[in-house]
Amino acid sequence: MSAEQCFTLDGRRVPFQDGQTLMAAALDAGVYIPHLCFNPEFAPHGSCRVCLVQVNGRVQAACTTPAAAGLTVQSEIEELREMRRGILQMLFVEGNHVCPACEKSGACQLQAVAYYVGMQTPHYKHFYPRRPVDASHPEAVIDFNRCILCELCVRASRDVDGKNVFAVQGRGIQARLVVNTPSGQLGATPFSIHDKAAQVCPTGTILTKHRGYETPIGQRLYDRKPISVVGDVAQLPESRGGRRHD
Amino acid sequence: MIEPRLKVATCSLAGCFGCHMSLLDLDERLFDLAERVELDRSPLTDIKELGECDIGLIEGGVCNAENVHVLMEFRARCKVLIAIGACALNGGIPAMRNQFALKDCLEESYLRGVGLVNPQIPNDPEIPLLLAQVHPVHEVVKIDYFLPGCPPSADTIWTFVSQLLSGQPVALSYTQIHYD
Repeated sequence: MSAEQCFTLDGRRVPFQDGQTLMAAALDAGVYIPHLCFNPEFAPHGSCRVCLVQVNGRVQAACTTPAAAGLTVQSEIEELREMRRGILQMLFVEGNHVCPACEKSGACQLQAVAYYVGMQTPHYKHFYPRRPVDASHPEAVIDFNRCILCELCVRASRDVDGKNVFAVQGRGIQARLVVNTPSGQLGATPFSIHDKAAQVCPTGTILTKHRGYETPIGQRLYDRKPISVVGDVAQLPESRGGRRHD
Repeated sequence: MIEPRLKVATCSLAGCFGCHMSLLDLDERLFDLAERVELDRSPLTDIKELGECDIGLIEGGVCNAENVHVLMEFRARCKVLIAIGACALNGGIPAMRNQFALKDCLEESYLRGVGLVNPQIPNDPEIPLLLAQVHPVHEVVKIDYFLPGCPPSADTIWTFVSQLLSGQPVALSYTQIHYD
């Protein structure tokens, strides 16, 4: 069958292949749907809920919903923008996201998505959780204060690097990212800065040591243009201000 | 007819005065602003008593008992209250002490600090008591507008203030909103 299958996204016809999700088809068509736990190189996770869209009136995650011919999908409507803003606000108050003190600021996907959805304030009561910083590895530092549990590092380390360095422990509000060693220290693992897991973090949780300010604040990926225009930091090569190794 | 100028008060709570410096970065636009507003209590005027105001600008979060008192007074006397800068919005850098017990912070600074002579934790009754944690201002009073940035640039402040004073909806451009 060669007839092109399409659904509509905010009134625009978007073609898709059999088996594609709404997110994958939108990405191929160059339409941005905000997301955090989704990365096109990995199986969808569906956990952050930032990519919520209305599918024939029902709210569903674009990254896990299969595309089907004739669907009416809405993304850029105020109702959804408000939901996404709420999700971003909850992510910000749940951790300790001190942008002025973060090396990742300006090239941070969490921050860029928050800009995109128009978050002016975190709005909710802050949790100020007490979480550790692990600087035991010679090449990388992990600041657990900034983790949003997208599990991209878990997936990358397990599925691409074959090292299984990271895991999520606990449930609900107790859930947290841990390093898979008896000591819980990154320095005791075979983790390397060349691993895929070192390139996929959408926040400033996993950082490369000694290179934090190579690109000055003000000249970073999202300083001048929104994420909907420049794309995800994990998908762009370092030469273009991203994290992906050239 | 000359329109009466709006009364504006400003204060810096647990902040670094960086947002006030950014306000001064308005440079020659300050002349335009001075035609439309009159400063009441503010670090820029040194007026001690807060009068009835149209607009209050709050820089910094809340870290001690005096901050709470000043913030509540601003809310009571200002028709529109604006939180300006990262510290007012989420506690900012001062809130990084929330990772530690207050006792440990005080002991680290005043008992174990380098080069201290006769180390002691200050306890003069005139020094405002510290809160156990630093909080953003919206956790204490209702805030009408939030202006992020560390600090927000003078251009951001100018766009915001111009729109507010002319009764337009506040709409900042992409480069005018940043959290750092």
